[in-house]
This record gives sequence, C-alpha cells and structure tokens, in this order.
Amino acid sequence: MSGTGYQPGEPILKVNGLWMKFGGVTALRDVCYEMPEKIIQAVIGPNGAGKTTLFNCISGMLGPSEGSIIFLGHAIEGIVPHRIARAGIARTFQHVALFKKMTVLENVMMGRHPRTGSGMFAAGLRLPGMRSEEKLIRSKALEYLEFAGLAGCARVESGTLPIGKQKILEIARALATEPRLILLDEPAGGLNMKETEDLGELIQGIKKLGVTVMLVEHDMNLIMDISDRVLVLHYGEVLASGTPAEIKENSAVIEAYLGAENDN
Amino acid sequence: MGRRNWAIMLGAAAFIGAFPWLVMPFKAVSHYVDVMVFAGIFSLVCIGLSLLMGYAGQISLAQAAFFGIGAYTSGILTSKLGVNPWIAMCAGTAVCAAVAWLVGVPALRLKGHYLAMATLGFGVIVNIIFAEEVNWTGGPSGMADIPYLRFFGRKITSELAWYYLVWGIVFLVLIFCFHVIHSRVGRALRAIHEDERAAESVGVPTASFKVKVFMLSAVLASIAGSLYTHYVTCLNPSSFNLMWSIRFMLMVMVGGMQSLWGALVGTVLMTFVGNEWLQVFAELEILAYGAILLVVALFLPGGIVSLGSLRRKKHASALEGAGT
Repeated sequence: MSGTGYQPGEPILKVNGLWMKFGGVTALRDVCYEMPEKIIQAVIGPNGAGKTTLFNCISGMLGPSEGSIIFLGHAIEGIVPHRIARAGIARTFQHVALFKKMTVLENVMMGRHPRTGSGMFAAGLRLPGMRSEEKLIRSKALEYLEFAGLAGCARVESGTLPIGKQKILEIARALATEPRLILLDEPAGGLNMKETEDLGELIQGIKKLGVTVMLVEHDMNLIMDISDRVLVLHYGEVLASGTPAEIKENSAVIEAYLGAENDN
Repeated sequence: MGRRNWAIMLGAAAFIGAFPWLVMPFKAVSHYVDVMVFAGIFSLVCIGLSLLMGYAGQISLAQAAFFGIGAYTSGILTSKLGVNPWIAMCAGTAVCAAVAWLVGVPALRLKGHYLAMATLGFGVIVNIIFAEEVNWTGGPSGMADIPYLRFFGRKITSELAWYYLVWGIVFLVLIFCFHVIHSRVGRALRAIHEDERAAESVGVPTASFKVKVFMLSAVLASIAGSLYTHYVTCLNPSSFNLMWSIRFMLMVMVGGMQSLWGALVGTVLMTFVGNEWLQVFAELEILAYGAILLVVALFLPGGIVSLGSLRRKKHASALEGAGT
C-alpha cells in the first residue's frame, strides 16, 4: 500500500472515478464518493445498481477497471482481500458465508486471524507464545460473541443456527477482525421485524465502538432509522447522497427509486 | 488437543506397544510385525494427506511422488555418496519441501478435478524420472545395498526395533498434527475447505496456507520415504507410481477424511488388506480397490471412524426423543 498519511477527521474512505466493467456490462460508472469516519453509511439503489459490486471493489474481491479507492490515506484498489482485512476493512456477505461445520465460537475465533501470528511450527510444537495467543483468541472471541448476544450458543455448530442468528454471527466474526470500517451486505435480508430491530441496535452499538459502518440494505425503515448518511446508486452511477431526510425529499431519487410508489 | 484425543492416543499407544507381543508367539501371524512397520511408514504419508485433503480440502495425487523423492534422496545420498542416513533424511525433506513449493504455487490455484489432474501429472513425471535416470536411480531395475539406519552407532536391523522406531515417529507426528489442527492454523485450513472467499475476508492468505499444508504433507511423505528406503534397503520405481498415490488416498478415505485417527485406522487396515488379504486377487487387485472406494464413497462417506460418531448421534437423538 502506498499513499500519504491519514489525519483524523479526514474521510475514512475516498472513492475516485471508480469504474467496473464486466465485458460489455458496466456495473460501476465513474463513482466518486467521500465517506466521513464513525458514521453509519447506507448504500441503496434498485437491484443491479452496483451496490454489491462497490462492496466487492472496496473489500478486494474485485479489482476495479479504473479509478482509485483510498482507505485511511492508502490506495487499496486491486489489493487481495486478506490484506484489506488486515488493513482494517471487514465485511459480511449477502448470502451468509459462515464456516458452517465450525462452532459459533470457532467462527468468531477465525475473525482474530489477521490480528494474530502463530505459524504452523509454533502450533505443532505448542510453543509458549502460541499457547498464550490461543487463550487470548478465545477470550477475545467470547467478548465479541457477548457483544453480539450470541454467547449462549458458543458451542453450537454454526450451520445449525436459524438464519437470523447466522447473520448476527457473521457480523460478530467480521467485528472480531477489529476493523475500522465494516461493510454489511443486506444484513436484514431474511430477518423478521423483531430481529431487524435488534439488528438496528447492534449496528448502532458497532458505531459506538468507533467503527464506521457501511451497509447495503433494502429495508427502508431500518435505513431511515439508523443511518447518518445515504448514498443512492442507480445503474452504477451516484444518483444522490445526503442525510436520510434529504434523500427522502430528493426528487431524482423519488423518480428513480420510489417512482412506482408515486404512481399509486 | 482435547481430553478425548489424548485418551484415544493413550489407548492407541498401548495397543501399538503391545501388538508385537500379541502376534509374535504365533507362527501364522508373527510376520504381522513386518506388515505393521509398513503400515506405520504409510501412516506418515496418510497423516499428511489427511491434513491436506480432509482438513484443507485440497486433492493431491502426488503423494507417492513425494514419498519417492524422499526415498531416492536417502538412497542416493547414503549408498552413492556415503552421507549419514539421518542427514540424508533431512536433505530429503528439504528437497520435498522445495519441490512442493514449486509445484504447489501454480497448482493450488486450481480446484477440484483440475488440481487432481495437475498433481497426477506431476506424479507421473517424477515416476518417469525415477525410471529413466539410470545413472542415479538404477532405472527400472532399481537400487540395492542401501545401508541400514544407525542409532547411536548401532545398526537397526531387527523388525522389532524398526517397529518401535517407526511407530514412535508416527505418534510424534500425530501429536504435532493434532496440535496444528487445534490452532489458528488448523482453523484457517478448515475455513479454506468450507469457504475460501469467507476465509479471505477474515484475513486468511488462502493461497499461502494451501501451499504450506501441501509442503507439510510432502515433508511427511518424504520422511516416510526415507524410512522405507532404509527398511527395505532396495528401491524400485514401481513402489512410487500413480497406483500408490491412489492407494494413499484410498487409505485416508476408508478410515475417514475428517479425522487424523481415520487416516491411521484406514492406513493400517488397507495395508493389511493390500499386503495380506487381497493377494489372492493378483492382477484383479485394482478392481478390488475400485470396489472398496465405491462402497466407501456411497455408504460410508465419513469413513470407518464415522461409525462411532454415528452411533453416538443415534444415541443422542434417542435420548432427546425420550426427553420430550
């Protein structure tokens, strides 16, 4: 990673002229956006607007065709995902991607991976440094489970959890990497109303930890309730951005996104 | 590595320790000690393969090649250059680790059948080298007169000494590998098996972990190869061909891929099956192997060790049923 130093108060993430093309399809078209630190940033837009593509570019799953992504003053576009995780960006997936045969606790312990360093020989020989690190991994993971409210099912095989808890577990695992920025891809998908409310509280709790949250979501109530800023994508372009109240009043957004409702 | 595994380990060690004394008095089965020496040697290969295949989810049909590289490195260094066998063994592991790195970096980018094909191709090439480099390896007719291992100046010749040497190493390797599994590294390997994308997203450098576990499996196969060389004191390329890679895989699958105990159980069982009980089939042996593979894949995908946990699960669900 190269780039200039990062000053507190600067935008945590700067996206400049980002293009993502898949053959003939352009998923992102000259996206420019600067995101302040320690807020809840929602990204909305109709299906196919490029929200998940944007997440995939930021988290390194995709290398953008053009443009730059500056995180904490460092250019991160095109860097492999595990390095980006280490740099402080964690994410969840639209379709839950847990390690299903591992226990709930082990999943969160996986989240400690980028913050620990024991290798194969230290592990095989059970060196003292590795033992104490392993204890720390376990206790930290339990803390994150506690935070997410899943401490009760630490020993359960994660694939057997109901979908709502799986989604929360995935967030806990991402948090365990100690990110500065966490990307949540449709965290409320498949949740009932009560679960969605709890999720809203959890996300606000994450913000209180000082972690910047960026979420793609279709549940408008949740977004209007918890987010500080909203970015609207439409056909891969930035259509609007602002506070939830501003977005609600924005005529371009209403036309593009809520247009169908207006007709009624 | 958990109380349960230590308990099983103690039981297994007690059995292995007592085994020779149980079979030696009986003429008909006294050669089982010799079979068990081979089983121990093959176990080292299969423990590595179990880590690679069962835990990290990467297929390799090259294990016989690594077994052979270890064997030939030991054979050539000790018989032609007079190197100390233990140093030759270390040299073998270094060669295997280097080769595994060279092969693994490009090959482990492939998945599933493609990875199987790439490792298979590598195994075939190595076997051709063993057969063609007549000046070094003796070619198809092989090498003979490889010196015995020495332990504090004494030659290790008796079957019993070999038995305890080999199984002692097996248990040390087993403890090492159990420790690896129950660690940050082992969890990362299982994570790679389950979902590579998710593993990357929590900071696991998946490519480098796959290469590392491939190298570990190659090193274990190499140690096994060196032991094999000094035990049989002669080498022949046909001991390291594709058929053997398939056998190693079969051993791991029969025992149960998801467990190191499975690798051990499968190896011992299949070594007896191969060395003792399938001899009657002669050329049709390969058909018998195919049949075993099919039966295991269809009816017992978790291998022999899954029989125990199946019963436990049934028992548990019966209890639950009684409770409600």
